[in-house]
Amino acid sequence: MKTTRHPRPTGYGVFLAPGLLLSLLFLVVPLVMTLYYSLTQWQGVGEPTWIGFDNYTRLFSDADFWASFRNIAFVIVGIAVVPTLLGLFLAALLFDYIGKKHGDGFVSLFRSGLYLPQVIPVAVTGLMWGWILAPEGAVNSVLETIGLNSLAQNWLGDPDLALWMVLAVLVWMQLGYPLVLFLSGLQRIDPELYEAASLDGATWWQRFTRITVPILRPEVYVVLVTTTIAGLKVFAQIFVLTGGGPGNSTLVPAYFAYQNFFERADVGYGSAISSTITLLVLIIAGTMLTRQAREDG
Amino acid sequence: MTTHTAPTAPPSHRRKAAKAKATGNRRTPGSYAVLAAVAIFVLAFLAPFIVILLNSFKTSADFRSNGSLSLPTQWNWSIIAEVWERVGFTQKLFNSIQISLGVVLIAVLLALFNAYAIGIGRIRWRTPFLIFFLGVNVLPQEGLVYPIYYLFKEMGLYDGKLGYTILVGITYSAFGTYLLSSVFASFPRELIEAASMDGAGRWTILWRIVLPMSWPTLSVMCVFFFVWSWNEFLYPLVLLISNDNQTVPLGLSVMQGQYTSDPTAMSAAALLGIVPMVIFFLIFQRSLTRGMTAGAVK
Repeated sequence: MKTTRHPRPTGYGVFLAPGLLLSLLFLVVPLVMTLYYSLTQWQGVGEPTWIGFDNYTRLFSDADFWASFRNIAFVIVGIAVVPTLLGLFLAALLFDYIGKKHGDGFVSLFRSGLYLPQVIPVAVTGLMWGWILAPEGAVNSVLETIGLNSLAQNWLGDPDLALWMVLAVLVWMQLGYPLVLFLSGLQRIDPELYEAASLDGATWWQRFTRITVPILRPEVYVVLVTTTIAGLKVFAQIFVLTGGGPGNSTLVPAYFAYQNFFERADVGYGSAISSTITLLVLIIAGTMLTRQAREDG
Repeated sequence: MTTHTAPTAPPSHRRKAAKAKATGNRRTPGSYAVLAAVAIFVLAFLAPFIVILLNSFKTSADFRSNGSLSLPTQWNWSIIAEVWERVGFTQKLFNSIQISLGVVLIAVLLALFNAYAIGIGRIRWRTPFLIFFLGVNVLPQEGLVYPIYYLFKEMGLYDGKLGYTILVGITYSAFGTYLLSSVFASFPRELIEAASMDGAGRWTILWRIVLPMSWPTLSVMCVFFFVWSWNEFLYPLVLLISNDNQTVPLGLSVMQGQYTSDPTAMSAAALLGIVPMVIFFLIFQRSLTRGMTAGAVK
């Protein structure tokens, strides 16, 4: 490689070659191909026909596309915002209250319990919740047992409810991630800081807003960015729970693209959808990177 | 009082002393109430697992007459056995294990090589390379999946474990490169220079010095990549279609929607999907919770 004539230590470039080449071949080439397909009309067989930006103009007047983006906003609330807020509160409660009064054993027990959904395959989680929310499932059984039959619903089959159910399942799946991060971030805090604050008469809530939250700011930032990106990519949960339905009430862009690729053989259009998501993800990640670099430098 | 700088944690004896003298740390009826409330919250949070466990051992008749919340009239293993047969679970487990191990091996090796060049070799353009790996790391799979499907068909890699394993391994190596490069940036350079002077080449230094010393990070990466790979959905859905190649989550997801015909079988399928990862979680819990921190905040 070019480093051979350079004064810095030589002979390392060769180690980068395989990883770089394979990434180019397996990740960058497909990306470029998707961008190209998005400018064509193509059924997946024969030659793609160049149609310029037609797929994109069609996208912007497609009600399903806008519905999928509205739903993504919900998904981001369920996967990023609610778990972060709930995670902050729970982390502070476990660290600054339970841990101090009843010992760290309880803290790690609770933490493990709340983290567990994170390691279960998403598809299996979907299967499980589909079962629980089914018309004769556990949720309706509970309602029946406590005499609230009238509240029983077809939770995933009702267009007005399905998205809220998806949101709730996402919160359940996601809570462990911020919680574990926040709890480990709190290890940075000098316990005497809390002691001093309590001796000065600060309430638990004051310690939460004035000490815990400011100290956890880097973690909060990381969680929000990474989970927002994950939210834009949500696929398996929707595939298994609702299939985007009823109607388009839980449709998300990734599933919408999948339908166009593999169910409707409209590869050009599917590529336009997925290129749009890719672009959004790269913009968000790029913004995060430059912000982090500015803070570090 | 607001603080933005995090003081370092004091030695544990000081912490204990502080704890002992603090008046706020006494257990009170109120604190027991909070403890109980949190315990109930966590139990409610885990209730779905309990429901699945209860219903995986019920016959359909038992379920229909007693609902989903009762204990099974008898603990009936036949439902699970039947689902195990129906989805070919032994084969799925074998596929998942084989693929995940392959993914871990490829991802960690590639990441190690990349990071060795970037973090320790400090090659020219290392920052653009790092940005490149960060960029490909966030690429959504749905933006790549169709061309990969198409190319795999052209190259004869479609519906095969080999191509799929390589693909996922490469995907994860981008994240691993980023993580390891930042770890290697603070690697003690004297060690490398000393070994160099003793006549060790780049290759020897990598295997004899860098690899052993970065084992803590590598082991955490292995655990994470294994879980991620096990839980993949879109790529295996598209690329591994035959029974002989499908992974556990995919094999089980065919049970989706079979609620009306066979309610407890679907519960048993969910249970089969949960158990392997719960076992894995119990074994590698420490790595999982420790590793998340390493990856998220440098």
